[in-house]
Amino acid sequence: MIREFGGTDIVYLIEAARWTLLLALTATVGGGLLGIVVAVLRVIPFKPLNWLAIAWINLIQGTPLLGQLFVFFFGLPLVGLSVDAWTAAALSLSIYASAFFGEIWRGSLQSVSQRQWEAGAALGLTYAQRLGHVVLPQAIRISVAPTVGFLVQLVKNTSLTALIGFVELTRASQIISGATFAPLPVYLTAAAIYFVICFSLSQLARMLERRLHVAR
Amino acid sequence: MSYNFKFDVLLRYIPEIVQGVLLTLQFSVVTMLCGLAIGLIVAMASISPLMPLRACARVYVEALRNTPLLVQLFIVFFGLPSIGIKLGANTAALIALSINMGAYGAEILRAGFQSVRQSQVEAGRSLGLTAGQTFRHVVLFQAIKTIYPALASQFVLIMLTTSVVSSIGATELFHQAAFIDSRTYRSFETYTLITVSYLVLTLGFRAFFAGVYWMVFVRRPRR
Repeated sequence: MIREFGGTDIVYLIEAARWTLLLALTATVGGGLLGIVVAVLRVIPFKPLNWLAIAWINLIQGTPLLGQLFVFFFGLPLVGLSVDAWTAAALSLSIYASAFFGEIWRGSLQSVSQRQWEAGAALGLTYAQRLGHVVLPQAIRISVAPTVGFLVQLVKNTSLTALIGFVELTRASQIISGATFAPLPVYLTAAAIYFVICFSLSQLARMLERRLHVAR
Repeated sequence: MSYNFKFDVLLRYIPEIVQGVLLTLQFSVVTMLCGLAIGLIVAMASISPLMPLRACARVYVEALRNTPLLVQLFIVFFGLPSIGIKLGANTAALIALSINMGAYGAEILRAGFQSVRQSQVEAGRSLGLTAGQTFRHVVLFQAIKTIYPALASQFVLIMLTTSVVSSIGATELFHQAAFIDSRTYRSFETYTLITVSYLVLTLGFRAFFAGVYWMVFVRRPRR
């Protein structure tokens, strides 16, 4: 039976957006932890580890996320891991995010002037003290805005997990669209929900940029 | 449980993969060109002195950049027919990709225009160049040099993004994966191979763009 696209459908879409947010949040945490490792390997004064991190970043940024999703979705069962769409989605998005977070944070670390390191050394601080008390606090300030900015990409990219059947906002829209035969209002509603999330994040990033970059 | 990885069964499908690569390149180039054309109009609107034009440009850029391409694609392909606009998968894909690229292109081009300092224009004019000559000989080269890296990485991004349009059945590289998968039942191997093909494309193009940058802007920095 065909039914009209109405209030309950909009509620259903908003509820599905929770999964979009949860997935983005998971990828932020997972990708963040991995991203720290990538950033550290990238700047550590030991060439082979730098190359490893560069290879990782190139591999992830040089292949489409959709491909990574499919490789995980079809690949994990082969190594004996029972895999649902959620696992494959969370894992591949985390790995995807790790490469970008790694680059953002490396850039932030390296944009702290070399003189700050030297000044710390001149004061007799150890490497760890220089990193912890002098460089990191500045690097974190620099990195906050681009990190929040990347979250927009992450939220948008969760939509691709619909294609391996994970029911988040986009997949939910497909389902409702199939039931109501009203694709235009359904997808426009979905777009509006994405917009509210992403635009808020964009504005937050812009605001942070203004606030944190004043005193540099 | 052990799984026998069989990549050799895919060898037979190399012609399909090559064809997919060519189609992906076609999609990327067309998207880049159409997107830049749209982007140029939007960028000019966004720096125009007319407030309504600036507002329109800003709405366009923000709306497109804050929603997923996949949803934009679905709106064009599944949504538009209900208001009487029916499009083939490839056409819908190209339209959605171009409109999407238009928003990113607009930002890149605007940054390029604004990066050239006003004093450069004044210098050109005071040397007796006309406005057109100043633009061609002074502004253009500097603007292109500034935005070149962004354009190059945008091209690579588009190439990777085209994989998404396979979801409505547009025929590019990722679409060939579904085809090969349905013939061989070797999903993991197929998608790995296709994903690696993108990596080869990406690295190839990055090297190519870096080479062009060096030839044009580094080797002879002055004209």
